[in-house]
Amino acid sequence: MTAARRLATESAGPQTGRPVYELHGVAKSYARRSLHALQKIDLSLTEGSFSSVIGPSGCGKTTLLKIMAGLIPPSEGGVYLEETPVTGTRQDIGMMFQQATLFPWRTTLENIVLPIEIRDGKAAARAKHDEARALLELVGLKGFENQRPSELSGGMAQRAAICRMLITKPAVLLLDEPFSALDELSRDFMNMELQRICLERKATAFLITHSIPEAVILSDTVYVMSPRPGTFVETVHVDLPRPRTLDMMTDPKFGDYVRRIRARLDEGAFL
Amino acid sequence: MTTVTGSVARRPDTVWSEHVSFIDRIPRSIGMAGILIAFIALWQLVHALGIVSPIILPGPRETGADIVFVAKNLLSGGYMLDAMWITIKEVIFGFLIALTIGFLLGVLVGEFAFGERAVLPYLVAIDTMPKVAFAPLFLAWLGFGISSKVALAAFIATFPIVVGTAAGLHAADENARMLFRTMGASRLQTLFKMKLPLGLPQMFTGLKIAAVGVMAGAITGEFLGGGKGFGELIRVAASQLNTPRVFSLIIFLSLLGLALFWFVVWLERRLVYWHKSSTGGAASA
Repeated sequence: MTAARRLATESAGPQTGRPVYELHGVAKSYARRSLHALQKIDLSLTEGSFSSVIGPSGCGKTTLLKIMAGLIPPSEGGVYLEETPVTGTRQDIGMMFQQATLFPWRTTLENIVLPIEIRDGKAAARAKHDEARALLELVGLKGFENQRPSELSGGMAQRAAICRMLITKPAVLLLDEPFSALDELSRDFMNMELQRICLERKATAFLITHSIPEAVILSDTVYVMSPRPGTFVETVHVDLPRPRTLDMMTDPKFGDYVRRIRARLDEGAFL
Repeated sequence: MTTVTGSVARRPDTVWSEHVSFIDRIPRSIGMAGILIAFIALWQLVHALGIVSPIILPGPRETGADIVFVAKNLLSGGYMLDAMWITIKEVIFGFLIALTIGFLLGVLVGEFAFGERAVLPYLVAIDTMPKVAFAPLFLAWLGFGISSKVALAAFIATFPIVVGTAAGLHAADENARMLFRTMGASRLQTLFKMKLPLGLPQMFTGLKIAAVGVMAGAITGEFLGGGKGFGELIRVAASQLNTPRVFSLIIFLSLLGLALFWFVVWLERRLVYWHKSSTGGAASA
């Protein structure tokens, strides 16, 4: 299947691909605090798709992402990546946070190969330097290999964090508001860059966000989460062609999606 | 003039700059020298007016002459150099022992929940005691030789290193911890590749406090337990009412303390080159 055809079929409907990551009836409660955080979440991420979850603060988005990353176990239900259960952290899950969390005593290149160094040692990490350079070129940071993180801007640091996430060739990318610490101009730009990188790598991605336009412009599917106990109350399939551009934000269809999500969020809000 | 823009002619005298007062514009070296000269002048004045007895406060001239005498003795390898060498040994051994024990206890307290729950309360309890009060115990256990002074010096210097190390290990934020967990890092990898390097600035803060404490410990040990160190020279000079000698010995002792302190600062700049405070000059020390 050619890349163009592949893109065409995916934009036609996000349900066409092979499921990579699946949640079946995942719930999370903290008995000690008698807190019901998440309730009956079903989710299926198809290969090469981009999905977002949006919801009010404290609805359990981060808890969901931690369960998906294998950082905490669910109270009920199952988590499957490539048909094997997730029972702990795994190298085929890539994660990115609001902060780039680059280590200042390492050069950009050394930060990027850190996951390899942790897994296979320093020699293996050095052997990946060429691959890391290729990733730097992919994210537009060519020539910054030997810079220290303190010499990078916020957006550049997040680009380096993208490289670090991709170096292990993860099957799924979990993104926890990766650009929300950036100013709005950089944020829009980085979102378009993220789309480009995901399309080029045919990555399967799952994004947590507070921004409705960001969720719509990036995603094939947007899940709207209710306040605690969090669960998906609406699933919105975004039928806009790829690659998306910022101009599409003025498209009437885009406005319809935003309004629909906004209305669903307001319904559940405590005002 | 043809370069007038608009209707208002801009003359150079309309340019204004932020006002910096005269006293804030004095360079550091001149300022420090000025303070020293003023201090010596005041000292000389008090001495010349005979307000204080010369036995209690000798004049700057006598003290200066004695500093030269002590310096000559030290440089020619006299008995004072032997005494200084003993104190140097006490300080170095005390510091190394404090570094080892303090670091290990700091890791125990900072990294393991057991250490924080079961060991830390005892450390806090001991730390609140006046540690000098333990000196007679160390003398009774280790005798009047160098080891009792090393023990007291190490005892005093250990606690700031424990606190600095433990605080440093808590410096890593939630994101860094999560990142290391998602990468599947082992506990040792997390410690050595992330928590310890991130904690170095705090550890060096502890080391700097320890560098001061270790000197105090060694000298206190010598005051209370005799021996042949620099503290003993000071004690003897004081008992002979040789106040100029006491002053000049203190000055050379403080040079020793400064040397240790600056060694720690130098090491910090080498190891923590990536941290802001270690590149900010002496003000951060």
